[in-house]
This record gives sequence, C-alpha cells and structure tokens, in this order.
Amino acid sequence: MAATVGRVLRLGGPWSAAAPGGPRAQVLRLIYTTKAVQRKNVGASGPEKYTEEFIKKQIEEFNLGKRHLANMMGEDPETFTQEDIDRAIAYLFPSGLFDKRARPMMKHPTEIFPEQRKIQWGEDGRPFHFLFYTGKQAYYSLMHDTYEKLLNVQKYEDELTAQEIPSQKEKKNLAGSRWLTKIELEEMLLEKLSDNDYSRFIQLLQKLMTLPCGNIEEKYIQKFTREVPVQLQKVVIEPLKYDERGVAFSTGEGARKTARATAVVYDNGSGKVTVNGRDVLHYFPVLQDREQLLFPFQFLDRVGKHDMVCTVSGGGRSAQAGAIRLASAKALRSFVTEKEVEFMRQAGLLTYDPRVKERKKPGQEGARRKFTWKKR
Amino acid sequence: MALPRLLRAGERLPPARLTPRSVPAAAPRLCSSSAAPAPAPAPAQPRAAEEELLAEPLARPDFFSVKELFSLKDLFDARVHLGHKKGCRHRFMEPYIFGCRLDQDIIDLDQTMEHLQLALNFTAHIAYRKGIILFVSRKRQFCHLVESTARGCGEYAHTRYWQGGLLTNAHIQFGAGVRLPDLIIFLSSLNNVFEPHVAIRDAAKMNIPTVGVVDTNCNPCLITYPIPGNDDSPSAMELYCKLFRMTIIRAKDKRRHSEAVHELRRKAGGN
Repeated sequence: MAATVGRVLRLGGPWSAAAPGGPRAQVLRLIYTTKAVQRKNVGASGPEKYTEEFIKKQIEEFNLGKRHLANMMGEDPETFTQEDIDRAIAYLFPSGLFDKRARPMMKHPTEIFPEQRKIQWGEDGRPFHFLFYTGKQAYYSLMHDTYEKLLNVQKYEDELTAQEIPSQKEKKNLAGSRWLTKIELEEMLLEKLSDNDYSRFIQLLQKLMTLPCGNIEEKYIQKFTREVPVQLQKVVIEPLKYDERGVAFSTGEGARKTARATAVVYDNGSGKVTVNGRDVLHYFPVLQDREQLLFPFQFLDRVGKHDMVCTVSGGGRSAQAGAIRLASAKALRSFVTEKEVEFMRQAGLLTYDPRVKERKKPGQEGARRKFTWKKR
Repeated sequence: MALPRLLRAGERLPPARLTPRSVPAAAPRLCSSSAAPAPAPAPAQPRAAEEELLAEPLARPDFFSVKELFSLKDLFDARVHLGHKKGCRHRFMEPYIFGCRLDQDIIDLDQTMEHLQLALNFTAHIAYRKGIILFVSRKRQFCHLVESTARGCGEYAHTRYWQGGLLTNAHIQFGAGVRLPDLIIFLSSLNNVFEPHVAIRDAAKMNIPTVGVVDTNCNPCLITYPIPGNDDSPSAMELYCKLFRMTIIRAKDKRRHSEAVHELRRKAGGN
C-alpha cells in the first residue's frame, strides 16, 4: 500500500554528565512503520472514556442547571425532583420524535456517563488498581479477596488444631438462600464475565463455605447470597363458616375456558342445586352437564347431604358446568378430612383445566388444520 | 557468555532512557524530539532539578546497596539451587548449572548471586524513576503471594490467564493513552503447559526490559536479566518476593528522600 516509511528515532534527553565518559549521547533507532499502521483506528478503541474530574464537573453543571430550570418554571429549586425536570424539559422542548431516547433529556450525569467508561489511570499514567493489566480487574480482585478469606479460615483452623480445641461444626441453614446469578454479579462488578469465570467464583465460595470454620467469614459470603422466598407448600383450606340459621357453609371459586363460577355449599341439605337463581334441571337440560356437577359429591359419597347455590357467567354450557364443578370441589374441601382432600386432588377434581381454544394461524385453515394440499 | 557483558553494563552508557511508554492516540508512534519546536525556556530550571534527581543513583555502582539484602547462605537455605531432573534440562541453561546429583540439576549459586544483584539493581533504578513494574507468574500455588507482593509495593501483578493482545494491542483493549509497564518481572517464566510465557516474547516486541527467574527447564533467551534459580519451592518464591519488595520499597523511599532534599535545597536557595 503506502510506501514503507522509515522513521528515525532520536532518543536524546537528560542522560547525565555524571556518567563516566559522558558527552550527551544520542542513540538512533530505526523503526519501520507504514502510514496505515500509524493511522488511528477510531472504531476499534471502543467507546470514549471519561476522567473522574470530567464527571465531577458535569455533576456540578447539572445541579446548577437544575436550579436555573426551577427558577424558569417558577418552582422551588430546593424541592425540584427528577420528574419535575422531565416535565419541564418536555414542556420547553416539545419533540415529535418517536424514540424516547432521541428526545431532549436532562438526567444526572451518572446515568448518562456509565461507570465503566471512566479512565482507570491517573495523570502520570499509573493505573489505580493493582490488577489493571489483567483486563478484568474487578473480577480478579474479587477472586483474590475470596482466596485470602479462604487462607484466613485455614490458618484459623490450624491455630485451633494447634491449641487442640475441637472445631464446632455449625451447619448454616441453606434452604432459604441462593447464590448471585451471573447477571447480578456482572452488575455488581460492572464488568462482563464469562460462564467459566462465574462458575469458578461460585466454586470458590462453596469451598469456603464447606470448610469447618467457614462461619467466621459468614458476613463476606452473605454479600453473594440472596434470599429465596419460601414458597407455600400447603394451600390453606378455609374453615367452615356458619350463617344465621346455624348451618355450616363454604364458598369456592372455579373457572373453565371463559366461564367463571362461584359456589356456596351448605351442610344438612337435601341435594338441591340452584344455578343463577334457576333450578339445575332448568339451567342444564343436558344430562352430561348435570353429571359433571354431581361428580365431586358422588366421589365423596355425600350425594344427598349438601345444598348448593351457584352463580356462573361466561363460556358455553360445558364450560360453565366444568367451572361449577371446580368451584364446588374447592368448597367441599372445608367439609372433608385432609386425606380425602388428597384423594380429590389425585382424582383431578381440584385442578384448574388450562385448556383454552388455540388460536388460528395464518396460512392454515384452523389452529392445526392446513389448507388442502394440491399436488399441482 | 552473557554475564561479563552484563557485568560491564555500568561502564557504557545504557542504550535507552526510560520514557513513559505511552501510546498516544493520534501522534506517530515515537516522537522525534529534536525536530519538534523547542520547549519554552521557563521549565528549564525544574528540568535541571529533575535531571539531577535522575542522575543521583548513577553516581555509584551499587547505589541502592542490593548486595546487603541477601547472602549465598540465604539462597541455599531457601533451596534456590535445586533444579529439575536431568531430562527436563533446557540446553541454554547449561552454562548456569553447577552439576547434576542423582539426576537432579544443581544451579550454580555464585552465578545466581551475580545475576540477582544485577536484576535487583535494575529493578531499583526503574522503581526510583517511577516506572511501572508488572509481576507475572503463572504458578497457581504462588498466585496469591505474588499479587500480595505487588500490592505491598504499590506495583502491579498479572498471575491470571494472559489475554493475547495485552501488550501488543493495548490501546484497543484498554483505551487510548494507556501506559504500558516499564519492567516485567517473571517469578516463573513458564505457563501452565510448560511453554515459555507469551509475555516474554511480547515484552521483547514492545521493547520492555524483563527480569525473570529461570529454572533448569526454562528458556533464558529473550529475558534481559535472567536469574537462574528454583521457581517451584515455596521458600524460594517467598525469598524472591521478599527481595523484590524490599528493593522496590527501598528505591521509592530513596526517591522520596531525594525529592524532599531537593525541595528543601530549592526553598533554601530561593530564600
């Protein structure tokens, strides 16, 4: 490409007169470079970096600008929040641009200039962090600190064995906690991690925890754990309620497809069922639907012992029947022992039926049916 | 042999003056100082003071008295003389080997003493001139020790996986205007697969002087100041770390002391 340009370097400078035999020596060193190499690779150096002073100056300017804006809008500068700023800017600079990020904005500099892009070295060029030259200073410094904790624990154990004190083995309850996920760790370190790095770190933490005297470093380990909300194992069955007549009753809700139903089951009944104010024979003329309503009672051998009043809306006849069945089964849980509740669950009486109508797709006649295939 | 050449190094003028090894973004790679317009005469006085500061350590051969830091007995007690087995011997290490006992190579501690003095002296001069020192070692057992040593001196360490373009592609990996290390110290010059560490070659490419502890299975070729010695025993590694840490701290203290003295003299001269 361009002709090779030989650059002659002259390293002059204060090589001292104190050195023996020393007139000012100048050394010539021939370095061959081309124009292409010397051209700055703009894209490759990544996003622009910012110094800390620059960020500080930006913060001062932002605070000053915030007060000016408050004065302009006639508001109190002391209680001018970020939402007020956004509203003021939207008012003063109306923009029809669709993308919110392209509109004029005034945010705190820490949101605009991300933390990662700060320059990591001082004026004399010396980097601030001692692991800067590894490339992943935050991650490796974390590994270094964790390993130091490990060594501390081992030293402590050695001291204990030297003094012949038996080490207490207290096992921490791990049920309610989990390790940080990779994304959370990346946010914490402000650095990208690879899967390998992350798994190495978690392995080191686990090793630290499994040591007998790992409890000394519990505080440090807790920084990397998160609470897992304990899921409710048991569904709470509501106790029986009593109405004015002294009759026990219980309510249940059920749904199937688009139908929603609520059922109130009364004790000491004769098997009378009312749906939406009408008798069941009226509302469900088809035998199949009435059988569905009967199923929970038949399963528990309580066919003629309960009365039921239900309300149902939405769906078709079969869906409404299914919804009422689920509602009545849920209501019956309160009347019945836990074992029988388990039997009901295994029979499928207490499970919400998730089947709904599948949508039709374009290019097909229905949800699954394709158009007739014609060979030619 | 390399050693007489190195021992006479103090007589001749060393070839390179230590400039901050920055890679400026837009400027050509190395600036030609005399062709550029001359600097303003105003900073002439501080410049003279700075020259005097930098010239001070060059007055005597062992200005930082590194010879006092260790003795042959210390090296022997720390098992620095123990090399690997005869089968692992590298051809270029043969001049440094004293002999072979029951198939195990023994390193010549007299040569080690001289090399170590040269290396420590060089490190001290670099530290005096506020150069950046990078400790490199790929031995997993001593990773923590090396990092702690570097942190203790206020210098830098790299005992992890070496990404390919760290030195050669620095202005893209770190950003424009980054300053590269002025000295790289290898506390073990092999990597995890027993090949020479990539940093040796890269430092040679980037004109960065290197100091390295070379065991009997290492290649001492590209290292500027090799130190033949054991790099596998914990006692030997602790000794090296201690020596480097003491030299660097000593050199930095001397620098601060000289700066303070010059400052006082300047103030007294001003009054």
